Amino acid sequence: MRYACLFAAALLGTVSVAHAGGWSGRAGAEALHFWNAPEHVGQHQDYGSLFVEPKYNHEWDDGKQQFNFTGFARWDSHDDERRHADIRELEYLRVAGDVELRLGVRKVFWGVTEAQHLVDIVNQSDLVDNPDGDTKLGQPMLNLAYVHQLGTLDLFLMPYFRERTFPGVEGRPRFRFVVDDDLTTYEASNERRHLDVATRWSMSQSGVDLGVSYFYGTARAPRLLPRQLAPGRVVLAPRYDLIHQLGIDASYADGAMLWKYESISRKQIGEWHFAMSAGGEYTFSGAFGSTADVGLLAEYLFDDRGENASQLDLTPPVAATAPPSAFQNDVFVGLRVSFNDVQSSQILAGLASDLDGRGLTYSLKAERRLGETWKVNLEWRGYSGAPADDVLHVLRNEDSVRLTLARYF
Amino acid sequence: MFNRFILLAALVAAFPVHAGPAEDKGLVIAKEADARDRGWGDNTADLTMLLKNKQGETSTRDMRAKTLETTGDGDKSLMVFDTPADVKGTALLSFSHKAADDEQWLYLPALKRVKRIASDNKSGPFMGSEFAYEDITSQEVEKYTYKWLRDEKFGGQDVFVFERYPVSEGSGYTRQVVWMDKSAYRIHKIDYYDRKQALLKSLTFKDYKAYGKYWRASDMNMINHQTGKSTQLVWKAYKFGTGLSARDFDQNALARAR
Repeated sequence: MRYACLFAAALLGTVSVAHAGGWSGRAGAEALHFWNAPEHVGQHQDYGSLFVEPKYNHEWDDGKQQFNFTGFARWDSHDDERRHADIRELEYLRVAGDVELRLGVRKVFWGVTEAQHLVDIVNQSDLVDNPDGDTKLGQPMLNLAYVHQLGTLDLFLMPYFRERTFPGVEGRPRFRFVVDDDLTTYEASNERRHLDVATRWSMSQSGVDLGVSYFYGTARAPRLLPRQLAPGRVVLAPRYDLIHQLGIDASYADGAMLWKYESISRKQIGEWHFAMSAGGEYTFSGAFGSTADVGLLAEYLFDDRGENASQLDLTPPVAATAPPSAFQNDVFVGLRVSFNDVQSSQILAGLASDLDGRGLTYSLKAERRLGETWKVNLEWRGYSGAPADDVLHVLRNEDSVRLTLARYF
Repeated sequence: MFNRFILLAALVAAFPVHAGPAEDKGLVIAKEADARDRGWGDNTADLTMLLKNKQGETSTRDMRAKTLETTGDGDKSLMVFDTPADVKGTALLSFSHKAADDEQWLYLPALKRVKRIASDNKSGPFMGSEFAYEDITSQEVEKYTYKWLRDEKFGGQDVFVFERYPVSEGSGYTRQVVWMDKSAYRIHKIDYYDRKQALLKSLTFKDYKAYGKYWRASDMNMINHQTGKSTQLVWKAYKFGTGLSARDFDQNALARAR
């Protein structure tokens, strides 16, 4: 209820100032339906939620100085953990010649591939908001960029860690055991105050975009360790390790083809492992005599931990392995249709299949503007065929459809 | 790559550069128009796009554009969208090249993601409008071959009428017919012919204003003859010599454009 009040206040506050100065943003409602009856006690089949995302921008000095704010609040009909608010962005930006300073809470994206975002590490995933991991929590940082003809060098200092959000007892999808963030532990002795550092060099030349990044700090993905609190009462305790990660992301445009490559080498609990996505997107402009663009996507996803990468063992005591990846030897194929119509209608359908028979994930995302200020999004997700020890197995009954209607202001 | 050379060779064979006096004259006109519009440096402008469907229903898009003239290569431009509200802050960075494919990057503010666009999407509609990407990117001389057709009167002015043929295989057009006045080499109308040689669209330029010695049309209206839809592009607040540099046209600039 406290959250509901907060949400209402945020909503009202936003509406009253929506037309003053540099305010913009969106507010909307979401319906989430699961085809199967819940597997765990407390869960439901239908969820409703309301959200608001106000933005404020002020720039002066010819845009060389900016202040940006993006807030977010969501109220969910059932899941306590999903009744949450976050500062996505609270940033001061200053451009001084070839140097750019950004200070505050920000969101930074690195990467090029579609099926998974390996290299992207700066921000924590807001997993409770969307299980696809593309929704991010704001990350406090100091970012300095030096822009040179040969490329751009970015330096990031991140003094405060954001914990990953997980669905609560009533939320879906979730593991058999609930994640209890009161039991969070860190490898870093100063825990969430560990100073994470990252650097990235990026360049763009003759159709090629290339980025090389290095990160040292607390892993964004925790290991989830089962803890028995009382007989018959087990919870999952997030454990955040310190990691080194070297990332490479590259794309190359050649005619209608866009080649994409991402890879990481990561050192976690004393061992290095390697993972990559490589593939491309071929776009047929004006396909079938229409004005639509049809893109065919294909990517190969690899993790050198092999099947171990996607094995999930929730029977205590748990093995000391890095967090599981669903994609250790998988092929992703996708279809993107951009209708290029007045409503900017788009569809993206994708399917990732494990080449070792360890399951299938598929999704369909569609969006369309209604009038000038409304937008409707549809997101359908499905999972099948994962063996009982695979990380995807927990999702076998979690096929869902999500409908979002938002008004932009 | 090899195929492209073969195609290029075929094109050269099909349209020799010095095929005849009409081709020569067409190229001379295009070069003169280009020479007269050289040296403007940079500019900024606000623009409004009015999309009309067959039934006359309209939809509006507001944008801001920055353009940088680049000596020796095509222009650089950065376009930021203000409306519709759901695409506010979305920005498009374009590097036009004389010989190579143009390069484009799109910035998606919700994901904070800069995405390179495949270089072959020239013929695709821009923002659901009747303008294709290739209609709004900078029109370098090298992007076409030319043929002068005739001189005539157009709207009371003496004009050249010439055809131009896109060099790029990715173009949505086989040819364009251009009406250009003789006094200041301003384009007044372009007819676009599709891949089946049928008249697809007509673009008319109105309300030319002089900024120093450089002319810019304030009103561009594209009519699609095959669908009955049209898009009007209204340019406002043109400013020249605003002191922009290459730094205002890189991916960092793209990501901070609001």
